[in-house]
Amino acid sequence: MKVALLATCLTDTFFPSTARAVVRLLERLGCEVAFPLDQTCCGQMHFNTGYRNDAESLARKYTEVFSGYDHVVAPSGSCAGMVREIYPEMGVSAGPMYELSEFVVDVLGVTDVGAWFPHRVTYHPTCHSLRMLGVGDKPLRLLRAVRGLELVELPAATSCCGFGGTFAIKNAETSTAMLTDKMKCVLDTGAEVLSAGDNSCLMHIGGGLSRLRAGVRPVHLAEILASTEEEPWAHATP
Amino acid sequence: MGTRNPVTWLGSPTFPKAAREALADTQLRQNLRKATGTIRGRRAAAVAEMTDWENLRLAGEAIKNDVLSRLDTLLVQLEEAVTARGGVVHWARDAAEANEIVLRLAREAGTDEVVKVKSMATAEIGLNEALEAGGVKAIETDLAELIVQLGDDRPSHILVPAIHRNRSEIRDIFQRRMGISVSDEPAELAEAARRYLRQKFLTTRVAVSGANFAVADTGSIVVLESEGNGRMCLTLPETLITVMGIEKLVPTWQDLEVFLQLLPRSSTAERMNPYTSVWTGVTPGDGPSSFHLILLDNGRTATLADSVGRQALRCIRCSACLNVCPVYERTGGKSYGSVYPGPIGAILTPQLVGDMHDPLSASLPYASSLCGACFEVCPVRIDIPQVLTHLRAEAVEAKGRTAESIAMAAAAWVFASASRYERAQKLGSLARFIARDGRITSLPWPGSKWTSSRDVPAPPAESFRSWWRKNRGS
Ligand code: SF4
Repeated sequence: MKVALLATCLTDTFFPSTARAVVRLLERLGCEVAFPLDQTCCGQMHFNTGYRNDAESLARKYTEVFSGYDHVVAPSGSCAGMVREIYPEMGVSAGPMYELSEFVVDVLGVTDVGAWFPHRVTYHPTCHSLRMLGVGDKPLRLLRAVRGLELVELPAATSCCGFGGTFAIKNAETSTAMLTDKMKCVLDTGAEVLSAGDNSCLMHIGGGLSRLRAGVRPVHLAEILASTEEEPWAHATP
Repeated sequence: MGTRNPVTWLGSPTFPKAAREALADTQLRQNLRKATGTIRGRRAAAVAEMTDWENLRLAGEAIKNDVLSRLDTLLVQLEEAVTARGGVVHWARDAAEANEIVLRLAREAGTDEVVKVKSMATAEIGLNEALEAGGVKAIETDLAELIVQLGDDRPSHILVPAIHRNRSEIRDIFQRRMGISVSDEPAELAEAARRYLRQKFLTTRVAVSGANFAVADTGSIVVLESEGNGRMCLTLPETLITVMGIEKLVPTWQDLEVFLQLLPRSSTAERMNPYTSVWTGVTPGDGPSSFHLILLDNGRTATLADSVGRQALRCIRCSACLNVCPVYERTGGKSYGSVYPGPIGAILTPQLVGDMHDPLSASLPYASSLCGACFEVCPVRIDIPQVLTHLRAEAVEAKGRTAESIAMAAAAWVFASASRYERAQKLGSLARFIARDGRITSLPWPGSKWTSSRDVPAPPAESFRSWWRKNRGS
């Protein structure tokens, strides 16, 4: 199956290992992955901050870049949500877009991806994956099938971490108060790794954990799923 | 218009400013954490009992949309029905007009005191203050509203206006204002309020209420409450004045049935509402002998004209969106500068004010992380995040050129071309040289707002796209 990757500007720039992990995972599952180099940003920040016209041009650019593909996958619930749910609100219709866990579980029909990740992990479901896309427990089903992985339930998992794009800047204090409660829940699990399907939320919670030297590592779901016993993720090149 | 809409409190700061103060109030934080946490769990349980909840929500949405699409004819139908049953209908364009009518009616009834049923519409128009200025005292009879009134305070929640107060704070207010000695046991506090109010119910000749619903078909007005104090106000006085937002209509009794299921479970997590009072005009020998219905616009017609924003008029004031909102839970209701706090306040208040040049109004749509918890629980399916981003666009337009708009335009220009984006990426990745141990702990404004509590990961030397180009060619 041929699939195009929307890496998202944040992951492309700050977390390239996540995008590499998606490539490795999807290729291992028999997909042919394309990365159209003309892609930039889906326009979510502009849209959510009130800059409609800019968001709309970026949406149109997206549809040009990805028009030839039957399946587009993004390792981000919020960017996938932007394309699938918000573009139509702006009168722009994009082709099929999947968040990574949806694509693997629904389209490829796989829950055991053959991964190995021997760590204590907790999972934050992220608001847009949960409530905009409705991915449900797909990420958890994928994680439960990972060998060696000890999954610990995150208390108050569905509560927002306080990121919200420019919300974290415009209402920095409120955002921090939300983040504090999220970090407390993460620390309560005793997990060594915090995972999520969206690097923006992980950057936020991870940024707070790092500031406190909390000793918990944020790792995107894709990197856990890409990791195998033969080639553990940290040391691997796909 | 000319006069300012009292839906926002005079002199209120913008949301981020007010929130900063509220966040530092540890007592408030504790009270809110406890209260919202409890009601959240109870609502979820009450809703989980219903197998057809999602269908009920769809029905609620559809009925309200139908009402909004033919509000003009339904309102006339209501007016005719109420008039035919001996009521008097008044139309008020704004708060000032509505307040004037109530004041005039109170004076005509020869009273300088009115008892009040808890109502959002009268709070929205600042009725109590307007009456007081005209020499008429308004006495709130809802327990939580009474606590707010006696504490010279402001409401912070739609259903429980004193949610920010705990038991011992309430005891202090009662002792101070009623001149009594009382413990902080809920039963004793309720008893103190009961004694204080009973006298008022028996002697006051005029009552003022709001309305949860009005059935256009028959002209019946419906009020839901939990304490029975509202029922006293609605039945004992000679004159009853009801102030109702024009959107509170339902076409028929059959439509009402949907909301009598949706509202209690969403609001108080009850299966059935304890006190549901319904009256139609006047009934000789039973209840008030004179009934006035004031139909209030106060920004609603303008809201109705906005194809995205109008869904806020479906709201049945259940407070479910407040109770689940992570922002509300931490900042409390008063930070929103209006009687309408929380997610619904963030979309309704700016629309009722109707002026995005107003700094508070322009800040409210940003008082959300767009997490969507509000939309998920809203019994009439108001897509609050959608309206929030819609109003943000209006706020941006009203502001014109700002540092932010210039930065956003620059970012859009960069993103418009993959090669410009890549050059910016390479330039940005130089920030890795200011990082220590892979993290950046301090950035200049506005990045400082982020780094005040969060690190930024150092951008790696190689972006994904350069890796791809190197390893995969194209
Ligand atoms: S917006 Fe919806 S959830 Fe919020 S108070 Fe209104 S009806 Fe209830």
